[in-house]
Amino acid sequence: MIGLEVSGVSFAYGARQALVDLDFVLVPGRFNALLGPNGAGKSTLIALLTRLYDLQSGDIRIGACSIREKPRQALAQIGVVFQQSTLDLDLSVEQNLRYHAALHGLPRALAEERIALELARQQLAERRREPVRALNGGHRRRVEIARALLHKPQLLLLDEASAGLDPASRQALNAHVRRLCVEDGLTVLWTTHLFDEVQADDPLLILHRGRLVARGTAASLAEAGEDLSASFARLTEVAA
Amino acid sequence: MTAYLECLRGIVLREWLRFVQQRSRFFSALVRPLLWLLVFAAGFRAALGIAIIEPYDTYITYETYIVPGLACMILLFNGMQGSLSMVYDREMGSMRVLLMSPLPRPFLLAAKLVATSLLSLLQVYAFLAIAWLYGVQPPVWGLLYALPALLLAGLMLAALGLLLSNGIRQLENFAGVMNFVIFPLFFLSSALYPLWKMREASEWLYWLCALNPFSHAVELVRFALYERLSVTALLVCLGVTALCSVLAVLTFNPQHAALRRSA
Repeated sequence: MIGLEVSGVSFAYGARQALVDLDFVLVPGRFNALLGPNGAGKSTLIALLTRLYDLQSGDIRIGACSIREKPRQALAQIGVVFQQSTLDLDLSVEQNLRYHAALHGLPRALAEERIALELARQQLAERRREPVRALNGGHRRRVEIARALLHKPQLLLLDEASAGLDPASRQALNAHVRRLCVEDGLTVLWTTHLFDEVQADDPLLILHRGRLVARGTAASLAEAGEDLSASFARLTEVAA
Repeated sequence: MTAYLECLRGIVLREWLRFVQQRSRFFSALVRPLLWLLVFAAGFRAALGIAIIEPYDTYITYETYIVPGLACMILLFNGMQGSLSMVYDREMGSMRVLLMSPLPRPFLLAAKLVATSLLSLLQVYAFLAIAWLYGVQPPVWGLLYALPALLLAGLMLAALGLLLSNGIRQLENFAGVMNFVIFPLFFLSSALYPLWKMREASEWLYWLCALNPFSHAVELVRFALYERLSVTALLVCLGVTALCSVLAVLTFNPQHAALRRSA
């Protein structure tokens, strides 16, 4: 199990500050939730964690690797599901997965073995030859998760992975990722703006206007009789 | 090393699969030069007599003259198509999959260039086969010698396309590339007319053509098709490929697009 440590990270798009001096550590092997409304800076944070954007200040450590000093070793330990689907719709499920395995330099035999394993775990083994375009939103997300796990990462980042799914698919996806934490010891960072995706004992970070306004668990952040949405409203109001 | 080879194979295979699924791309890439060869060249054959010039040993028909230029036209359009596909991938988010690879970014970009160039080669040889049936028949060994020349020319134009894609803010701006890059590169070159003819018309146009790297790509391929080597063209193509590749890698940053959009 490895953790993720973010220290002193700020990021600006020109004059617009998107993230301000973020400091946090994820709990290894747990489903860590990052809650924030649209525009809070969640996707910018994911872009920094995945090195799509360069750090402007501060540092990010994935396990023992600083993303500044050893970016390639750090990337090898991360699996990502982006908010916007990145599957090639015209290719089949297995062709998408093979492409990802090749990008990570996995030998073909090992790649085939892992593709079979991950698709079976996602209950998509029978659909491996179908074009991604033929799958529904929930299944596409499952393919993306299978893809993200092919190179055996220790840290799984999901950026609003449930966006656009119906409530049942959202719930199933959320439960599935939680199972991965238990079965594989994966450290998960699940970003969302939906309160019902966070459970009371999940390690929780609340991001608002680029600032981390609270950390703890949903239960520990709540005042008497509050649910998460009330806690969120109170905490973000104080921060504003 | 195996990881790099697997990665290169994966990128080439993906481009191939996408290419196979877009058969219209293959045919449209062939229709363009074939129209020039079968219609334009037939019409201008009488008007544009070609004197004996290197690498030819004798008088040649206009069709024979323009075949190397048309082969390079395929490389040019494919290089720019590769650029368009980079912008599309960036806009649609699939570029992120590539960039999440732990292998070095310069290698990933180089692999994309190789993939684009290899697909172009297939189309060029399909065109050369049709031209052969039409009667434009360079020496058989020339077709083999032309392979590395075509690959280098393809890499040069793909690298130029990649460099251009870094400067394109969004897909809609791509039309400008057609007007300001493809057409000038093609028409201000030795693809359709020998440069001495251009010099008769205008000295400064001649120099523009002579300095155009696309002219050197055309000449490299023309000489190779006739089992000859144009050292100047080779050096220019190598130099421009290296320069465009380095500049493309240095200016490639997905963050720039986001920052520009935000600005």
